[in-house]
Amino acid sequence: MHDQGKVIAGIVIFLIVVLFPIWYTGAFGDFTPPNLDPVTDAKECVKDKATMTAWHMDLLNEWRNDVVRNNDRGPVLIAGKEWEKSLTRTCLGCHGSYRKFCHKCHTYADVKPDCWQCHVVPEER
Amino acid sequence: MIEKALTGSKRYWIWLLCLIGVIAVGKLCYFKQLSEGLTVTGLGRDVPWGFYIAQFTFLVGVAASAVMVVLPYYLHNYKAFGKMAVLGEFLAIASVTMCLLFIVVDMGRPDRIFNAVLHPSPSSLIFWDIVSLNGYLVLNVLISHATFSAERKGIRPPGWVKPLVILSIPWAVSIHTVTAFLYSGLAARPFWMTAILAPRFLASAFAAGPALLILICLLLKRLTGYDVGRQAIRTLGKIVAYAMAINVFFILLEVFTASYSGIPEHMHHFEFLYFGLEGNTVLVPWMWTSSVLSVIALVLLLTPKLRSRENLLAWACGAVFIALWIDKGLGMVITGFIPTPLGEVPHYSPSMIEVMIGLAIYAAGALILTVLYKVAVTVRKREPEAEWAERAHRMMVDQREKEAVAAGD
Amino acid sequence: MEDRKPDAEGAVEKDVSRRGFLAASGAVAIAIGCGGPILAALASARSSTKEDGPRWAMVVDTRKCEEKGDCMACSLACHQTHNVPEIDSKKEEIKWIWKEPYKHAFLGQEAEHMRHGLKELPITVMCNHCENPPCVRVCPTQATFQREDGIVLMDMHRCIGCRYCIVACPYGSRSFNWKDPWPRGDDNEPVDSPPNPDFPTRMRGVVEKCNFCAERLGTDQGPACVEACECEALIFGDLNDPESEVRLLLEEELSQRRRPELGTNPHVFYLV
Repeated sequence: MHDQGKVIAGIVIFLIVVLFPIWYTGAFGDFTPPNLDPVTDAKECVKDKATMTAWHMDLLNEWRNDVVRNNDRGPVLIAGKEWEKSLTRTCLGCHGSYRKFCHKCHTYADVKPDCWQCHVVPEER
Repeated sequence: MIEKALTGSKRYWIWLLCLIGVIAVGKLCYFKQLSEGLTVTGLGRDVPWGFYIAQFTFLVGVAASAVMVVLPYYLHNYKAFGKMAVLGEFLAIASVTMCLLFIVVDMGRPDRIFNAVLHPSPSSLIFWDIVSLNGYLVLNVLISHATFSAERKGIRPPGWVKPLVILSIPWAVSIHTVTAFLYSGLAARPFWMTAILAPRFLASAFAAGPALLILICLLLKRLTGYDVGRQAIRTLGKIVAYAMAINVFFILLEVFTASYSGIPEHMHHFEFLYFGLEGNTVLVPWMWTSSVLSVIALVLLLTPKLRSRENLLAWACGAVFIALWIDKGLGMVITGFIPTPLGEVPHYSPSMIEVMIGLAIYAAGALILTVLYKVAVTVRKREPEAEWAERAHRMMVDQREKEAVAAGD
Repeated sequence: MEDRKPDAEGAVEKDVSRRGFLAASGAVAIAIGCGGPILAALASARSSTKEDGPRWAMVVDTRKCEEKGDCMACSLACHQTHNVPEIDSKKEEIKWIWKEPYKHAFLGQEAEHMRHGLKELPITVMCNHCENPPCVRVCPTQATFQREDGIVLMDMHRCIGCRYCIVACPYGSRSFNWKDPWPRGDDNEPVDSPPNPDFPTRMRGVVEKCNFCAERLGTDQGPACVEACECEALIFGDLNDPESEVRLLLEEELSQRRRPELGTNPHVFYLV
């Protein structure tokens, strides 16, 4: 094979460039998760903490479809108490602050959900 | 094969650069529309669809019209279209691409475009339009690629091409039928709610598309020396003549029904088109231009002596194309909204940004077409004139005979 | 074909196979070009409302409404409740409930020597929550849909902004967000606060309309417009309940609906 060196060098450079986001954050990124102020004494959420952290958006989508499309507002049983299927009233009723809770973690994970473009943040009331 | 498009004369590159320039300006305009919303267009609550959707409708017709070359060539073994068939298929590819782009720029939330696939709704004609347009694009890409690369290697196209070609013929009819259904099933818009809309769309498409193809072929001959042959141009000219005559006939049927029945809801739209309504005469000069051009074109096309003169045919085709663009790309969609179902007469004209975005999409279509034609012309010019056409034809006849023998067994 | 000469036998044979092709292509054309949409049309002509359970409807008593002339209380209350922005441009305005002159609301029914002033009389109009809503039929994502209680709703999360529903609605009841209805600053804070923080606003690029206050019915409140009307000209209720006020009114009085001939079966009734 001719130009073996050049081809291999080319592949290496290509990989370095393409994988930039991975190696850069690996080397210089900050991986400490944000400290989310627990504004509530509640020990239980809809599901356990790990599931909620990873899958809360799916639950919210489910609630959204139930309320908007199926006229089903709940109630949902959380820690023996009945709650309405509502982002602003139920979720934030307990987690308290959009700025200190949702926003902080979304900034860390660099995700930009568009919930708050329409739903009014409670602290802005 | 695409490398053929990467070498070319200075003129070729200047033309490509101009197109890219127009696309770049249009792209900037589109970014403005994305960040501010469709408020940058001339559209509003009373005229919610306008320039974009009208261009979409017109171009679906141009795409469908490829069938006017494909059908005689493949189904009736009409040899003279040998050099033209692939040009027709390429024109279809460019047109469908423009159609899809016009749909995307018209959307309020293009970021959610996949909702149409995630939540498919067969009761909506948009669902069927998505299926038929994308299917047609895939069909034409597959067919033209397979036949063209086989031709280049001097071998017979693979067996699976033929059923696809057969399928592409009714499919072409379906894309324009479905597009007409998009309009003709709406009780709220009497201007469109007419069973003749689909046939009228097809007639105007089969006039406008081939007219454009004739003009392109004449241009190719002058610029590159690639000659599709006199016979091909003549036959296509006849197709334009018949289709245009049928189209004008259909329009007259519409005008008669609306005006003789005297139902105000139906009449008002035609009044708006040709005379203006409550002082809104924005389309009147356009529509009369279209009518005059149609008459001129028909006189030139229906007289064999005139039609057979290539320069007159070119003028006639230009007239047909402009007349039908005005009729479908301006009048058809906008007039459906004027007057509104509440009897008001809103005003609409596209904004500068809307026009720039539209021009950019046309430039993108022209870019695709230029590149595809460059490949086709370069590949075919390498071989001595007519030899490949003869060979392609021979292969087709061979296959037919084989099939006939097989059927006989 | 039969009178073809024997020497053309090959040609005839070819013709036969060609005819086969044409027939097959014709069948496919009908299948994709017409068949699909036609079957879909037949299937979607059914309404999704249920016989049992409520069927919500509105009665507008224009005689009572007339008393207060240019009163806009219903419209104001509705638009405050649902964060409908006030937009100056007539082209881009968003309206859930508003007034149209009789000659527009009931197009084609105005006559030259009608009761004095009726032609220009402002009539309260809104979404008709049709039994056979054309908007629902044409929506490519089911972003607009009909509930079992007859209310035609918008799922603003799903709308792609194609505006086909606006094109299909014979009543002009739908509005599009041509621009951001409640612009937000760089930090995503709203520039002006929407009046009702309990109801979401909308993004630019989606369609909206009257929802018969579905969110209030869910918490056992009546529609905001009905509550705000001092003349009691708006009466809301369940048509499936024989004792309901709307049902009794319709049985007693002569009512009329907008564009009944289109087959949409509107559920807003007018006493003129």
